[in-house]
Amino acid sequence: MRVAGKGLVNRDKSVTFRFDGVSYTGFEGDTVASALLANGITLMGRSFKYHRPRGVLTAGSEEPNAMVTVGEGAGAEPNVRATVQEIYEGLMVRSQNAWPSLDFDVMAVNDLAAPFLGAGFYYKTFMWPKRFWEAIYEPVIRKAAGLGALSGKHNEDTYEKAFAFCDLLVIGAGPAGLMAALAAGRAGVDVILCDEDMQVGGRLLAESGAVGHLSGADWAASVMAELEAMANVRVMTRTTVTGAYDGGTFGALERVNQHTGKRGGGAPLECFWRIAAKRSVLAAGALERPIAFQNNDRPGVMTAGAVRAYLNRWGVSPGEKVTVFGNNDDAHRTALDLAAAGVHVAALIDSRQGITVEAASFPVIVGAQVCNAAGRKALESVTVRTSAGEQSIQTDCLAVSGGWNPTVHLTCHMNGRPTWREDIQAFVPTAGSIPDMAVAGACDGVFSTLGCLKDGLRAGQEAAEALGKRVVAVDLPVADDAAYALEPLWAVAGKGRAWLDFQNDVSVKDIKQAAVENFRSVEHMKRYTTQGMATDQGKNSNVMALAVLADATGRGIPETGTTTFRPPYGPVAIAAMGAGAQGHGFAPERFTTSHKRSVERGAPMIEAGLWYRPSYFPKAGETTWRQSCDREVGYVRKAVGVCDVSTLGKIDIQGPDAAELLDFVYTNLFSTLQVGRVRYGLMLREDGTVMDDGTCARLGETHYVMTTTTAAAGAVMRHLEFVTQCLHPEWQVAFTSVTEQWAQFAVAGPKARELLNGVLAQPVDGESFPFMGCGPVEVAGVQGRLFRISFSGEHAYEVAVPSRYGASLFDLLLEHAERMGGGAYGMEALNVLRIEKGFITHAEIDGRRTAFDIGAARMISAKKDCVGKTMAARAGLMDEMRPQMVGIKPVDAAAVLSAGAHLYECGAAQVNGNGLGHVTSVGYSPDLGLQIGIAFVARGAARHGDVVRFVDAVRGLETDVEVCAPVFVDPEGGRVRG
Amino acid sequence: MGELKAVSACAGLVPVCIGSVTVDGMDLECMTSLSPFGDALALDGALKKAHGVGWPQAGQALGDATVRVIWFGRNEAVLIGPEADQGLGDVAAVVDLSDAWAAVSVEGAGTVDVLARLVPVDLRAAAFGEGQTVRTQLGHLGASITKLGPERFMILVFRSMAATLIHDLKQAMAGVASRG
Repeated sequence: MRVAGKGLVNRDKSVTFRFDGVSYTGFEGDTVASALLANGITLMGRSFKYHRPRGVLTAGSEEPNAMVTVGEGAGAEPNVRATVQEIYEGLMVRSQNAWPSLDFDVMAVNDLAAPFLGAGFYYKTFMWPKRFWEAIYEPVIRKAAGLGALSGKHNEDTYEKAFAFCDLLVIGAGPAGLMAALAAGRAGVDVILCDEDMQVGGRLLAESGAVGHLSGADWAASVMAELEAMANVRVMTRTTVTGAYDGGTFGALERVNQHTGKRGGGAPLECFWRIAAKRSVLAAGALERPIAFQNNDRPGVMTAGAVRAYLNRWGVSPGEKVTVFGNNDDAHRTALDLAAAGVHVAALIDSRQGITVEAASFPVIVGAQVCNAAGRKALESVTVRTSAGEQSIQTDCLAVSGGWNPTVHLTCHMNGRPTWREDIQAFVPTAGSIPDMAVAGACDGVFSTLGCLKDGLRAGQEAAEALGKRVVAVDLPVADDAAYALEPLWAVAGKGRAWLDFQNDVSVKDIKQAAVENFRSVEHMKRYTTQGMATDQGKNSNVMALAVLADATGRGIPETGTTTFRPPYGPVAIAAMGAGAQGHGFAPERFTTSHKRSVERGAPMIEAGLWYRPSYFPKAGETTWRQSCDREVGYVRKAVGVCDVSTLGKIDIQGPDAAELLDFVYTNLFSTLQVGRVRYGLMLREDGTVMDDGTCARLGETHYVMTTTTAAAGAVMRHLEFVTQCLHPEWQVAFTSVTEQWAQFAVAGPKARELLNGVLAQPVDGESFPFMGCGPVEVAGVQGRLFRISFSGEHAYEVAVPSRYGASLFDLLLEHAERMGGGAYGMEALNVLRIEKGFITHAEIDGRRTAFDIGAARMISAKKDCVGKTMAARAGLMDEMRPQMVGIKPVDAAAVLSAGAHLYECGAAQVNGNGLGHVTSVGYSPDLGLQIGIAFVARGAARHGDVVRFVDAVRGLETDVEVCAPVFVDPEGGRVRG
Repeated sequence: MGELKAVSACAGLVPVCIGSVTVDGMDLECMTSLSPFGDALALDGALKKAHGVGWPQAGQALGDATVRVIWFGRNEAVLIGPEADQGLGDVAAVVDLSDAWAAVSVEGAGTVDVLARLVPVDLRAAAFGEGQTVRTQLGHLGASITKLGPERFMILVFRSMAATLIHDLKQAMAGVASRG
């Protein structure tokens, strides 16, 4: 219910939203949690395992209970914390993990089975029988598990990623963070101040104390105004710093439009920031921990600080009769604030003896503990135990405080471990855990407002000084400086289940059980019980759990230690981390100059690395790709075909030592190549396996152009960098990628020369351009290059022009080719043509093949050294039992072959270890009228003519194939030279 | 036999204007890669003599709209504008890249915010001024980014990736514009 005269929400602006289909009204500035509490709704969710009814526990991002699904349809987002989600007009929120409804949840039957579902339940129960695991246990567990569910549909929402830079990153805009940012900002430091909340102020917004002559919230607003006016300060609200990484880099998630209904039009829902900072101040505050007692999870049991926050910030009292239970002075504030606001306080219960509360207008029970709570879907009463006995107190809200845990998380992201402080019974950051990070305020165990302001000021000034700025004076406002005193109380003794991790339903009993079963290490206990493994990562419960473990194992808390804190601090949608990679953003798309025309001609485009290449060019009447492919093969074998080969890597190599470099990286000689000639070359890795192959043309005495395969262009470039930077830095040679500079087209077939002579200024003949000749040409008025090389075994050329003319040249070549009975051919035809000739691609040289394996051992020149030569000569790499490249053709001409199939001796058992090798490429040869393939077969070179068994277990194909030479067409090579 | 028709790398993709930021194609005339054989001193002299602009330090962009020499990586710079003088070939590898790279200008208020969505480099005025250039990533693309003026940058990416460049820029521009 709302409390008159309290809160910072804008009461002039009401906002309507729906929860589980029911319309509610709140105010601008409300979260779903505060608005529901204002409407008297306390039941907000069901727990993970036992489906116990749960209400909101906290007022911040650490919330374990009030998890909701926001939105509808594809973009519905599960597991959103109701304490973080701001309401906006039209917001749709659903409860989750309950069926058929939140109020009546069938799965709550699990709670009755609780005795069987304790710690280690999975490990004990699902061990046997083994075959039940996949068939029964896993599906059942998967169905029962999880809180909210994704829609399963493609999410159309936009997410964003961005980079930011600053000299000082201040994390948290509470009193300490604001002072740090103010001090640094005034000194002229380049500052980013991040806070996960919708407005700055931190705890100041939740407390009733004043700062200077202003209320805490007004003081925060005045600082915000000053910071916003500074050009050197950037304040990022709704931004959670999620991780601290190497080199002063931080991850941060900004909720850009989660608090508005704005979707589409490029408006991002969230932005994942990477912030690079020279220094940082962590002022992330502290999180309050509850106290475990029987049924402490009933809706209406909340942390004391949260109750204060709802009252002071949102003007909401979570109950009509509130009871406060704590082990520290801070809890008293809750009772005092509530009473001052006119809310009935049933009692203040302090576990310590001899405590007095000044000006208490409510009963104070000291030396007492709450040991049970009653009411299933809403709290009705609590049982208080004193030395005199037990008494029941009627109450609908219990505010609990077991003390505060500094938010040490970020300081542990680079393997730091926090330090235990006995006086505050909490872990604090260990200095120096993150390079150049200072910690200030509650995050460092400083719990008074004045202490936080002072500590923040110090941190800001120290940072400014370290960054070489002159420190500017900042007045320290007067504020509360009360001491923080507490006596440890983690769990109240008693029967029943006392809850620690609300989200994963872990009780004190479970932790003790783990210890009994010898899961005594905190990391083992965590995994055995699932403590702290839910989406809240145990922010409220981890320290309590390890205190219980420490007790159960007879060790101290510092000896027991903490589990490992890992990023992200809060949940981050994968969509935010992968922002920009949806759809076309997944990977760069590289388009050739002929792309548009190919698509216009209906060619299905296939990916080759990042490039898109035409698969085939369908013609009217063709119903299968094979028909198109066969026709295109025919162009090249009988007339002339045109194919865009621009995607092959082209590397321009110049310099006095260019020839030396090539002799070193290729197995064969290039220094002896004549100017105006091209040679085929093979390249090895240092380990002696084949890296790549291609041609290299000598354009001038000290000028070459190397071509690589499409896939290995980057790898070859990197290899050349390695050789010239590391192995031979003394060589005077430079190389530049010119892949993109030239649009290059293969013109192949018996009529290739005739076609070219139709577009070249100077006709070519066998003398001016013999096989493997190259040189400059003028193509339709443009200076280009011509190479007489062939990947099809036909009389062929590759003609290159600067890319701006590529589209135009493609059209021109097609026009000529089509007039001559030829046309464009795509990757399918190109593949068949090269298989017919036994030319390799990376299907063959897959990183395991040596020159010996592909029948090219003689290409390793004896006259010189080259990369990989020594290693390629190892006995194991020259073993004749190695799979060697062969051709295969089916004995039955109608049989279908497939790449990836394995080969066995006929009659041999088709089992692992019995294989002879495998098939790397297949295609249908229209000339031969059957499918042919390239394969690697043990001792293959000596087995031509043998019949072996072809088995594709995946596709269910099996047939006899004949091993043959891997050249099926024109083995003498007459056509290519003609 | 007709003449071949030239098509620019960003044909059909630019201009794009979203919010206060505009992306447009740039015609660089000629762009030539220069890599000295050994020490860059001789090339520095030859460049000054032929084009009036010397050899840049790492991260440096020299010259103006008529002649620019931009650092382009280890031991490499590009000459933008005039056709490279033949004499440079004596001391450096000279490679015509006029058609190899797509060039766009990005300008207008908020340009730095747009680029901050894609580029992991601090491009704010205080950190990246006129006369500075960087080889870095833009989304998934390798790019060369040079500051040409206040709120004006030149971006170069491989020609084949022009469509992805514009796609990524548009998305970043829409995101920034949506924040108003």
